Amino acid sequence: MIRFDDVVLRYAGSEVAAVRGVSLEASVGRVTAVVGPNGSGKSTLVRTLLGRLAPERGLVTLDGRPIGGFTRREVATTLAVVPQREEPAFPLSTRDFIALGRYPHGGAFSGPSTADREAIAGAVARADVGALLDRRTDELSGGEWQRVRIARALAQGGRALVLDEPTTFLDVAHEMAVFELLDALARAGQCVLLVSHQLNLVARFADHIVLLHHGSIAAAGTPAEVMRGEVLERVYEWPLVVTRDPAVGAPVLVPLRGRGAR
Amino acid sequence: MSGAPRLLWGMLALALLAAATLGLAVGAVPLSPAEVWRALAAAGDPSASAIVNDLRLPRVMLGIVVGAGLAASGTALQSTLRNPLAEPYLLGVSGGAAVGAVLAVVLGLTGPGFVPIAAFGGAMLAVLLVLMVARAAGGRADPRILLMAGVVVGAFCTAAIMVALATAPEGTVRGALWWMMGSLGDAQWSGVRWIALYVAGGIACLAWWGRDLDVLALGEDAAASLGIDVERVTRRIFLVASLLAAATVAGAGLIGFVGLIVPAIARALGTRSARETVLASAMAGGTLVVVADVVARTVVRPTELPLGAVTALIGVPFFLWRLRNGAAR
Repeated sequence: MIRFDDVVLRYAGSEVAAVRGVSLEASVGRVTAVVGPNGSGKSTLVRTLLGRLAPERGLVTLDGRPIGGFTRREVATTLAVVPQREEPAFPLSTRDFIALGRYPHGGAFSGPSTADREAIAGAVARADVGALLDRRTDELSGGEWQRVRIARALAQGGRALVLDEPTTFLDVAHEMAVFELLDALARAGQCVLLVSHQLNLVARFADHIVLLHHGSIAAAGTPAEVMRGEVLERVYEWPLVVTRDPAVGAPVLVPLRGRGAR
Repeated sequence: MSGAPRLLWGMLALALLAAATLGLAVGAVPLSPAEVWRALAAAGDPSASAIVNDLRLPRVMLGIVVGAGLAASGTALQSTLRNPLAEPYLLGVSGGAAVGAVLAVVLGLTGPGFVPIAAFGGAMLAVLLVLMVARAAGGRADPRILLMAGVVVGAFCTAAIMVALATAPEGTVRGALWWMMGSLGDAQWSGVRWIALYVAGGIACLAWWGRDLDVLALGEDAAASLGIDVERVTRRIFLVASLLAAATVAGAGLIGFVGLIVPAIARALGTRSARETVLASAMAGGTLVVVADVVARTVVRPTELPLGAVTALIGVPFFLWRLRNGAAR
């Protein structure tokens, strides 16, 4: 449902393009992950979906329609982005925070409609944040905060969910919980596109992985197709081996000590 | 979003009413609240009626309007810049407005309603300058850099006002003290009406855009993801916040810290959305300025303290306390 076709993206005043001819597709019912080293262009793709950077060349489409043909509010009701970092300037109740997900649906003064209430209740249930509604946003733990932000994105009502590094700063349990949630959402019919540094988690949960290197695609396919030692070693410029998770059989990347060490 | 409790609105209205009554009662001829109310109803003693309706009421009305405008402007700037220490005076916006107003007066452009427009032009220039300085110094996202830029631009504006006033012919322009430290002393119905018009329009816009303010306070990327055109909406809000600050400066000179203190109080009292904070701040801002004016008129009678000095004496400790409590992260 989200498609990039040979997209070139360049920041204003920059000599080199941040993304050079990337094509990828994120579809409904699947978790699609974009991975790659720092500066490989992952977050630049997200900026384009936020409407903050227009492609220099190529086409970004949502449900087959060029994204440029949508109004911003139409995009927001089709596709919700959970940005990498976010801290409300003024703490608010979790309930009010999630309700802001209905912003693209509302008029300036209209109160919440039945559709708004239903969408919010559904989002709260799917992200399992019912117990957090009366807490304040500045009192939530890192894992709770991510779930609450996902709930707000779900309340926007679109079928596509885009997340930029959703597990930064989270411990193992919370990381797993976020990935389990994304997996469940995809199984329930959401289109999930995420940008992540967590290669091993991505290898376990994603249906499709796109590996970026200097703004181009170095590999794309199933975890088994992308998680290959020689490819990752070249892209990350670090010696590593790919082995298999003994419990679930997913590919696991193990970085080796530097060339000088033993 | 569900609303703030009715009790809050009742309290704010009562406080404003009490402050206005106090402002009308206190003065060289002290009146009782009952006398004030009789005079407002045009009943009772004609001399008391003249004192209340002709002398004190314009001053109290100007105080309400100026306080409401400053507080609403501060609320909008804080949400948009995501900075709880932002307010028109500290950001240099009021200073820019004062330059515009002083230039208009010095150049003799004093038609009805024109001084606020000149002030508005100055305020807009100051906003642009502050954002440019902050960007050059490493980003307007950092609240400390933004405030530093505002203080620097404010200092420049002060110097510009001094130069303009020094070269103006004697007796044509209100003194530097009036502009720098603010006063409600020259309140007249003709001026108050214009300023009230600008302030009411500005507050109505901000209340109308309340949901936009809520969303902008989440941060630029989150706001963009919710379908806001961040740059366009931010510009629009800066425009109105500058207009509000400019109108207050045209009416009463530079009065600092009202836009800082009042929105924080409103939030602490339990407003839950930006729209509520704007409206509650407008009411509480009017109350604060009227009370501060009563203090300015009474503590060292018969000398009148500059109003801006009173608000700064309250505002600076408050600013430092907020700073210590991590408001500027």
